[in-house]
Amino acid sequence: MKNENLYNYILGIADNSLILGQRLGELTGHGPSLETDIACTNISLDLFGQVRSYFQYAGKIAGDGRSEDDIAMLRKERDYKNVLLVEQPNTNFAYTIGRQFLFDAYHLAFLKELQKSPDLTLSAIANKCVKEVSYHERFSSDWVRRLGDGTEESREKMQEAINDLWMYTDELFHQTDADKEVVEQGIGVDVTRLKDTYYNYVGEVLEEATLVVPESKYFHKGGKNGIHTEHLGYILAELQYMQRAYPNMEW
Amino acid sequence: MSEEQIRSLERNFNERIERDEKIEPKDWMPEKYRKTHIRQISQHAHSEIVGMLPEGNWITRAPSLRRKVALLAKVQDEAGHGLYLYSACETLGVSRDELYEQLHTGKAKYSSIFNYPALTWADMGAIGWLVDGAAIINQVPLCNTSYGPYARAMIRVCKEESFHQRQGFEIMLKLANGTPEQKEMAQDALNRWWWPSLMMLGPTDDKSVHTEQSMKWKLKRKTNDELRQQFIDQTVPQADVLGLTIPDPDLKWNEERQSYDFGEIDWDEFWQVVKGHGPMNKERMKARVGAWERGTWVRDAAMAHAEKKQARKEKQVV
Repeated sequence: MKNENLYNYILGIADNSLILGQRLGELTGHGPSLETDIACTNISLDLFGQVRSYFQYAGKIAGDGRSEDDIAMLRKERDYKNVLLVEQPNTNFAYTIGRQFLFDAYHLAFLKELQKSPDLTLSAIANKCVKEVSYHERFSSDWVRRLGDGTEESREKMQEAINDLWMYTDELFHQTDADKEVVEQGIGVDVTRLKDTYYNYVGEVLEEATLVVPESKYFHKGGKNGIHTEHLGYILAELQYMQRAYPNMEW
Repeated sequence: MSEEQIRSLERNFNERIERDEKIEPKDWMPEKYRKTHIRQISQHAHSEIVGMLPEGNWITRAPSLRRKVALLAKVQDEAGHGLYLYSACETLGVSRDELYEQLHTGKAKYSSIFNYPALTWADMGAIGWLVDGAAIINQVPLCNTSYGPYARAMIRVCKEESFHQRQGFEIMLKLANGTPEQKEMAQDALNRWWWPSLMMLGPTDDKSVHTEQSMKWKLKRKTNDELRQQFIDQTVPQADVLGLTIPDPDLKWNEERQSYDFGEIDWDEFWQVVKGHGPMNKERMKARVGAWERGTWVRDAAMAHAEKKQARKEKQVV
């Protein structure tokens, strides 16, 4: 492939939306209220829409006729490049919200930078996504405040979720070799530069939510290089089921 | 109020309906009208949210991204329908919590069709094509029903339902024109969903208890049997386009009636499912009640947070 770094770079962005969208899709019809159910389904819908734009572009770059579905559904476990954060399960609504907020805060900052990319397709996708993701971030940060500064029980649950998910946040700011190359070319976003702003902002929201910023300095990584948690295999089993059971068909 | 006054109000009320005027929430209405509408609108709302489950169950397994996005959008629409139907119902002086309570305790019914399982991807096609198809036939006349909030909600619901129905048909078409395995999947789904879809239009006219009064209030414009016939006449040619066979050996065009004759519906099965003993009744209720109970602390937190915020605001004003 002529532009393999860019291809991998795009997959690195899109896989986050793909796996998070899949996680949110599990919840449809099972939310704590009709309104939150609609919101989570809507966020999932946005994320899959984004995935399609990215993978269509990646397919073009690959130039060998692979489709968005081939890229989404026919890779092996080790070839998915999403961060570990987005594959964490919907343990309860606090985890769903915590995962969403910790990702959205990053995602929004990332897209704002990607809008400036000289790669016109990427900046066009980012332009579209940034509107959607600002809404996601508003939804998730509002719910962090609500659950944190709600009842005693909800504060405990929200704090527990944040504590458990915190160790996956640092990975958001790691770079793979492909990322570094694409950043070097001036096309990609240097995520290392988003880190301080991210932790400052997240800290502010947690404080408003009367929650404590975890002090742990131990973080997990690996997703971006295809080394995932055990959760991913099950997510892929569902995501890929039809394509694997009925290969080479159109739907 | 004297009996004379009530009779006069009733006369006035009936005349308004006859003139096709809309009844609005603050207008006087007979208690029976209010109760019947709460029953029907809430039943409809419950059907929307229970109806999210068989399809929601396929979101994570949809065969392509395009189909996944369309399915998510569809299930989201259903939640939206639930939302505005509950709101329409609330205008009649009942709260959403009370309505949920009725659903969760089995006091309120929802469409029995959702007590059948969605087993294969083709079921997403069959549900859209047949179940939404039958729903539209039931619902289009309601866009002109007498109760204003319900009629207005239904206009929006029907627009989206007809989109869903086309989407379902399109899934079936793709399968029917696909590999032999896909076509078989489509035929199997039609076999399983055909009869329950016919039952969806309700018991036969002689067994239907609410028809007469509902006709008067324009909650119903055609009888169950008329609607069923309309559904069959409309759907058989669509099955022909798909090249699929309707699983009814007695189905035959009747030249004289200019309609299809069809076989006997298994009403024992219908009543069994209505009474709570269908293949998925228990699962569906468990899912709804479970979601509600697991969500209690979330809803409590939202309430507590809103109160705190309000208190802080008032303190600032002081």
